[in-house]
Amino acid sequence: MAAIVEAKNVVKTFMGVRVLDDVSLRIDPGEKVAMVGPNGAGKTTLVRSLLGFYHIDGGTIRVAGHDPIKARTDVLREVSFIPQLPPPVRLSVSELLTFIERSTGTPQARIVAQAEAMELDIRSHRHKPFFKLSGGMKQKLLIAIALARRSRLFVFDEPTANLDPAAREHFYRLLSSLDYEHATIFITHRVEEIEGLANRKVTMDLGKVVEDETL
Amino acid sequence: MKNIGLVAYLDIRESLRAKWFYVYAFVFGGLMGLFFISGITDSVVMGFTGLSRLLLVFIQVTIIILPIFILITTVKSIAGDRESNVLEYMLSFPVSLREYYWGKLLGRFATVFFPVIVALFVGVVWGLGKGGEMPWGMIFLYSALIFALCTLFLGIAFFISTLVKSHDVALGLSFTVWIVLLAFIDVALIGLMMQNRVSDELILTLAMLNPLEAFRIGAIALFDPELTVIGPVAYYLLDTLGHTLLMLYAVLYPVLLGIVFALLGFWAFKKRDLL
Ligand SMILES: Nc1ncnc2c1ncn2[C@@H]1O[C@H](COP(=O)(O)OP(=O)(O)OP(=O)(O)O)[C@@H](O)[C@H]1O
Ligand SMILES: [Mg+2]
Repeated sequence: MAAIVEAKNVVKTFMGVRVLDDVSLRIDPGEKVAMVGPNGAGKTTLVRSLLGFYHIDGGTIRVAGHDPIKARTDVLREVSFIPQLPPPVRLSVSELLTFIERSTGTPQARIVAQAEAMELDIRSHRHKPFFKLSGGMKQKLLIAIALARRSRLFVFDEPTANLDPAAREHFYRLLSSLDYEHATIFITHRVEEIEGLANRKVTMDLGKVVEDETL
Repeated sequence: MKNIGLVAYLDIRESLRAKWFYVYAFVFGGLMGLFFISGITDSVVMGFTGLSRLLLVFIQVTIIILPIFILITTVKSIAGDRESNVLEYMLSFPVSLREYYWGKLLGRFATVFFPVIVALFVGVVWGLGKGGEMPWGMIFLYSALIFALCTLFLGIAFFISTLVKSHDVALGLSFTVWIVLLAFIDVALIGLMMQNRVSDELILTLAMLNPLEAFRIGAIALFDPELTVIGPVAYYLLDTLGHTLLMLYAVLYPVLLGIVFALLGFWAFKKRDLL
């Protein structure tokens, strides 16, 4: 089976510090990875490298078989990403949805329906700038967008920080009800919360993968 | 390249909601209004009359304030997008870097170019209402100069914002570029000239390599060299290069320079970490 993520001996230095120090990680389709580790361990840096934001200083990365730098858009077509904090996007909700529909081919109606499943009514907020939504609403919309894309790989960088417990439950339920094969990287500091969702736990510290266990 | 128009369109939509855009449009619109109230069109000073004089003053003020406006608003929004992780989110969708960069540049171009051009044309229409002839040559030249000014400073702004990651440093650098082009180069050249060790031709050439100087000279290239306001330098240049060559230079050189900076910025955007 072809891996969805194949990182080999990845090195990334920021100002002389090895933030990723010889990281190797293979993720197969269907794997649900909980990624944990203390602040500054390099988790965000690793997923950003997978998405082609960073030029790594050593090693190789393949996502869905493509190099994230050389074939950036081929990689991104297969990946849904939710960032650590909702970005203050100044586009209105409807403009943002247009951007996503046109760039990914995801129909807006599917995003709207997905948001409804999270009890977020987008229609009444269509003309508001995204950054003026409440923290929880932003997060729900980002989740709805990510899930509606039906990607083969989901990358979540602590996506539930702004959600109330009920919304968190919704999200976990929707995530586990996706009816096709996909892989997930779920960065979290509260691994007990996503217990049912993950089948593998990868622990990072000081830029290295220090533990990798099947749950 | 199908998303380039989309990125440009969304950038324009975003700008139309931003405060800076209204300040910007208000400044150039207000400037025109101010000229009318002050009665510039009615006075005859140093050989310039009516509409020509209005347009000349407008372009001269534009040459000074347009660059700093473009630099600051552009650098602020691009460096700001990176710092607030908007860039990270928008670039997590399958849009190529080429589409994103050039789309943003096109969108920006539209938002900085149109308010100034509209103000220029409003001025022309208003001035015509007061009688006088349509100064076609001037309108055409000044539109071209504004186009060139926008291209040049957007190119520089995009270059600075992709090269410098920090918001504050990028703003500081923009301000420095502006003040150096506007004043320091001239001061330094005057200093050189007074020492009498370098030939005047060399100094003039150096001065003309400064794109803001090219704009300044370009703005008066249509006028008769006999006009006293033009001064000895412009007189000399008009006399040796001629009107046409000077105008072409004043428009093409900055456009070319702007494209070079924009390309360098794109290269840095592709070759370096995005965040
Ligand atoms: N663009 C950057 N420039 C310089 N240093 C950086 C950059 N991005 C990250 N770092 C450094 O790299 C290290 C790892 O950061 P990273 O964001 O990957 O950690 P993390 O595991 O995601 O932590 P957290 O749990 O707090 O989100 C930190 O020491 C951080 O300061
Ligand atoms: Mg992080």
